[in-house]
Amino acid sequence: MSSRISEHPILGEQQKGKLVTFTYDGKELQGYEGEPIAAALKAAGVMVHRYTKKEHKPRGIFCAIGRCTDCVMVVDGKPNVRTCMTPLAEGMKVQTQYGVSDKPFEEQ
Amino acid sequence: MKRYDLIIVGAGPSGLSAAVEAAKRGLKVVVFDENEKPGGQLFKQIHKFFGSKEHKAKVRGFVIGQQLLQEAADAGVKVVLNATVIGMYLDKEIVVRIKDEVHHYKGDSIIIATGAAENMVTFEGWNLPGVIGAGAAQTMMNLHGVKPGNKILMLGSGNVGLVVSFQLMQCGCDVVALVDAAPRVGGYGVHAAKVARTGVPFYLSHTIVKAEGEEYVTGVTIAEVDDHFQFIPGTEKHFDVDTICLAVGLSPMSQLLKMAGCEMEDNPKRGGQVPICDAYGETSIKGIFVAGDVSGIEEASSAMIEGRIAGIAAAHYLGYMDEEELKTKVKEQEDALDGLRQGMFAPKNRGKLIEKTEEGIDISMNLLKKGYVADDEIERFPGVTHKVGVHPVMECTQNIPCNPCQDACPKHCIRIGENITSLPVVDPDVDCIGCGMCVASCSGQAIFLVDETYEPGFATVTLPYEFLPLPEKGEKGYGMSRSGEKICEAEVVSVRTSKAFDHTNLLTIKVPADMAMKARFYRKAEA
Amino acid sequence: MHEINDRSRDIGPFVPGPDDDMIICRCEEVTKGEIRKAVHDGMFTLTEIRRYLRTGMGLCQGQTCAKLVKGIVARELNVSPAELEPATSRAPMRPIEMRVFAAEAKEGEEDEE
Repeated sequence: MSSRISEHPILGEQQKGKLVTFTYDGKELQGYEGEPIAAALKAAGVMVHRYTKKEHKPRGIFCAIGRCTDCVMVVDGKPNVRTCMTPLAEGMKVQTQYGVSDKPFEEQ
Repeated sequence: MKRYDLIIVGAGPSGLSAAVEAAKRGLKVVVFDENEKPGGQLFKQIHKFFGSKEHKAKVRGFVIGQQLLQEAADAGVKVVLNATVIGMYLDKEIVVRIKDEVHHYKGDSIIIATGAAENMVTFEGWNLPGVIGAGAAQTMMNLHGVKPGNKILMLGSGNVGLVVSFQLMQCGCDVVALVDAAPRVGGYGVHAAKVARTGVPFYLSHTIVKAEGEEYVTGVTIAEVDDHFQFIPGTEKHFDVDTICLAVGLSPMSQLLKMAGCEMEDNPKRGGQVPICDAYGETSIKGIFVAGDVSGIEEASSAMIEGRIAGIAAAHYLGYMDEEELKTKVKEQEDALDGLRQGMFAPKNRGKLIEKTEEGIDISMNLLKKGYVADDEIERFPGVTHKVGVHPVMECTQNIPCNPCQDACPKHCIRIGENITSLPVVDPDVDCIGCGMCVASCSGQAIFLVDETYEPGFATVTLPYEFLPLPEKGEKGYGMSRSGEKICEAEVVSVRTSKAFDHTNLLTIKVPADMAMKARFYRKAEA
Repeated sequence: MHEINDRSRDIGPFVPGPDDDMIICRCEEVTKGEIRKAVHDGMFTLTEIRRYLRTGMGLCQGQTCAKLVKGIVARELNVSPAELEPATSRAPMRPIEMRVFAAEAKEGEEDEE
């Protein structure tokens, strides 16, 4: 998790709480309980959260405060979940969103 | 339908300040905020704020946020989080989504403090993952402890672009360039200077041609623009980056007011669609007030004061205070607000090119075009003087509302005076004891202690240092110029850290005597 | 606003531009060219553009593109963006599932605690 800031000159050491395991497109990843799903994905190096409905273009984090809705993914089977606002929990199933589905376009 | 004396939408700096003032006077207040945590954007602000004591100058934004939350708790303010206001109607009815239900509330008065949304610019590839807002960068690094990227290009030289660039470097990111289509740096010169001296090149009159990459950003091309913001062919420059950060301004998030039927106007000086309101923040609908960025883009310090004014005004509107008290209380706040709205960057001066300081000194054009004051420009400013022995050199060259340095000096050798935008002046008759309180107090990191006669042939420069790892005494490296170039060898002779410095470390480096007025940053020699 | 709504005004023909395929509305994937063309199809107000193309009607409800769309339409009409009235604001201001939107909380419940 190289993109985690372990020590910060102003904020000091991170107090992040409990590590939990979740799945991203079937792969097991770890993140901290309660942090936004997007932060855990970013720390794991995930850039693409979804592919758009019409043009099938990749999208990821853009505003990170719940406004732009570009970072939505399928979470526990539910599409259009804003990952920058939704707290991570143990065992969460996070999937890339294709249009509004968790199935790649060729399987839809 | 549940009724409150006052409903406030938004628990950021202005909303919470309004709630405190109203609750103190006995109003039954509720604050709704759609976020999981209160404080709005304050907790992402890790730099020291400007202003004077009454504006909590030299206190870091997130600490101001903690103080404000405490104040709200003490006043008995009820803050409902994860509560999304989805509608507001003429008769002061508010519709709020809380969990999986929709609730209706009636407010005898309402304060809208919804803040602002980031503006965007378009270029080829602006939808690619890796192109993010500056606010997103701040959120990821300062709230969630995750680096937004490794190699980053910043678009926008306003205070947000400058401050976020510095913060990106503080968390270990590499900022490869700072780009702005405008011909001049938009934010405070001191913010630009602290970025430039670390070696970040500024490209003014440049903008992004395209973000490169298939699945996510792998690079960026910028080019120079002419007076009409058209690309000049042949001026393209490429950078390998994984992240492009956009800091191109904010717009008031005023849709709820429009929905309720408040009279609106499009006011470019305020950043877009804003409600028409009076000095108390009251809109065309009696009893509906506004405060903070939603009524015009400024910054958190003024938002907090506007919030207090609106809170007081709402208390008066509902009969919790008489006209006289209203006037006295609001006057106190307005005086504080006026203090912040002075100087080169005051709202009334937005977009104007100011060529001279209030003292009549020519502004550094290099600072406006490249982000740093040139060696041959610096000597003309009153804070820059020479003297035998250690003394402060204050590279404060623009009139901004800020004066903590004059209170910081225990010997009272720094003077700003009544007008808080004046440039600081050193009293030549008082001996500096080298304590460094002024260096740490300067929110713009523009004060240095210089000892031009440290040792034969050598001088020392004490500079503010907010990066990790902290250099060690005896370490060898380089003195960097204001533009971030290596100009000499340097040895760290002391590193001072103190609670009173609030995480601004004081690094003293020994440099050749002729570099005393040139070396302004330190970089460790590569192993 | 009357002048902008004057449909008999000649705004000239639609001239294709080099960046017409740039996505402006990120949610509904509407391009700059589509917006410019819509103006020439007679959509002179932001509310009409919104209904015609769905710009700003996606998940984010125009939080990201509203200002961009306004700028493009204004340029096409050769007016200042400040002269254009923003699209109508109406509830819900944020994305919300229909089942939640329809779930009215019961009166008298202290449910916001």
